[in-house]
Amino acid sequence: MSSNATAVTLHKCAKTFEDGTRALDPVDLAVEGGETVVLLGPSGCGKTTLLRIVAGLENPDKSGEVWFNNDDVTELPIEKRNVGMVFQSYALFPNMTVAENVAYGLRVRRMSKPEIEARVLEMLKMMRITELSNRNIDQLSGGQRQRVALARAIAVRPRVLLLDEPLTALDALLRERLRVEIDSLLRSLAITSIYVTHDQAEAMALGDRIVVMSKGKIVQTGSPREIYNTPKNSFVADFIGTVNRIPFAMINGIGSPKGHDLVFRPEDAEIVEKSSGQFNGKVVNSFFLGDRIRLIVDCGTSEHITIESFQRDVIEEGDEISIRVHQDRFLEIN
Amino acid sequence: MRRPKIFYGQLFFTLVVCAFLIVPAILSALAGVTENFFVGLKSGFTFRWIIEVWELYSETIYLSLLIAVFCLIINLFIGVPAAYSLARIGGRTARIVEEMIVLPVAIPGLAIALALIIMYGGFRDFRISWSFILVGHVLYTLPFMVRSVLAVLTSTNFKILEEGAASLGAPFWHRFIYVVLPNAKPGILAGSLMVITLSVGEFNLTWMLHTPMTKTLPVGLADSYASMRLEVASAYTLVFFVMIVPLLIAMQLLAKSQRQPKKLIQDEDAH
Repeated sequence: MSSNATAVTLHKCAKTFEDGTRALDPVDLAVEGGETVVLLGPSGCGKTTLLRIVAGLENPDKSGEVWFNNDDVTELPIEKRNVGMVFQSYALFPNMTVAENVAYGLRVRRMSKPEIEARVLEMLKMMRITELSNRNIDQLSGGQRQRVALARAIAVRPRVLLLDEPLTALDALLRERLRVEIDSLLRSLAITSIYVTHDQAEAMALGDRIVVMSKGKIVQTGSPREIYNTPKNSFVADFIGTVNRIPFAMINGIGSPKGHDLVFRPEDAEIVEKSSGQFNGKVVNSFFLGDRIRLIVDCGTSEHITIESFQRDVIEEGDEISIRVHQDRFLEIN
Repeated sequence: MRRPKIFYGQLFFTLVVCAFLIVPAILSALAGVTENFFVGLKSGFTFRWIIEVWELYSETIYLSLLIAVFCLIINLFIGVPAAYSLARIGGRTARIVEEMIVLPVAIPGLAIALALIIMYGGFRDFRISWSFILVGHVLYTLPFMVRSVLAVLTSTNFKILEEGAASLGAPFWHRFIYVVLPNAKPGILAGSLMVITLSVGEFNLTWMLHTPMTKTLPVGLADSYASMRLEVASAYTLVFFVMIVPLLIAMQLLAKSQRQPKKLIQDEDAH
């Protein structure tokens, strides 16, 4: 964590739009300098609104405050905040070439021509798109545009980098590849970043910390490990990874003091002999995924159970199996 | 490619209709360069009518061009920012304002002229100057510039582009000049050509507003048909065509280049 990096703090920021929609309830958020925080949630949860408040594209409702380190930037418009922003649709200027796009922020700052050229070249090299320098924007593929958008945002050395679902518009394979690149880019730059996505795999891969949001509120904040292993409520548990539910009465030998459902992850279930199983089921679907098998099992509950097993046994549809979950692998959810 | 029989039938029909429209125009133009219209081409080919037109009516040609240029300049300074504001505001307010701007097109030119005379006829100096006609022309052409630019702006999602430029630190004027205007260029260009063409050809309004000292080309044309030899009037029409047709062709070419979508290169990311 660089000491020069900008810490972003939000106090009681809420947002109600003119037509009355309450996009965000009062929210507090503290991002450390150099940290990458991911705002994760389904559409309409307020994550993009929150990002835009940090950017300066939206003003928080009165009494909301936005601080960059010790500067109160609440009243500053986006032009004066020195942030870098990558939009979902990239917002590249169609009337300019790639190089001109990347140079735009530098031109606004009235840097000298040789300085601009040097910096643009540096950025193009960093994003590995030097050969695209003179191309027009509409001649680029999705992945290339994304790199140009990143180069342009970083060229101005922003205090904070804001990314609004930058990978959503790309196909799955490209997304995975670019995810890794963005991750190493953010780490090497050591810049404070706020990243918005609805893809939980992306969030887990990129975030130092994840902020899970729902319906305008922050539901849980924590490291990827914390969020995955100790989700605070069923919304978070359901949103991150897959989760199974069993009414506790079904299980032999397990006591749940509050009488709740027992909740566990697919990879924590073990296929065992009938004598040591906690409950039984019939395999409805079996998927061989190479390194493991995924089974959809009907245990008599309203929803089928999903199990992932690394065991090498061949298990097929129609088989009867017994399942055991270790005591402390059950998730505790209110 | 084998075309069905009905294609030839339709083609023939289209050509006949075109001929119906074009042949009289060609005859009229021919009359302008013939010694004697009633004798026909046999009487000889001549430029004397065109020269006579120039001697009698050159001021009208200059005035028409002058008004058209000023009309364009005013349209650019009023119409482009207006279109931008309307595109930004959006919603019902924008629609209502747009309807009001378009109103002069729906109202007969004579009615607009009368309204102008009633309102401003009292200011004598203004009334007898060519700027009076200019006002009428601006009222009539503004909706075309505004509509043209508005159409292009609403189709390019310029708000996101502006946000992108703002995020890079650009103040309003910088992103207006370097991001918004260049992307509105096709609309501005199309609007400009339309404004010039409409202004040069405008008759209804100008006829009511003109004085003997402020005649435009179409007004002079009507004049010549009423009081001059047919050959002179036809030569005058020919001059008018020579001015207008290049503009119309330019508009067509521009519209065609807009309609061709640019190809997106879907190459695989090399990395």
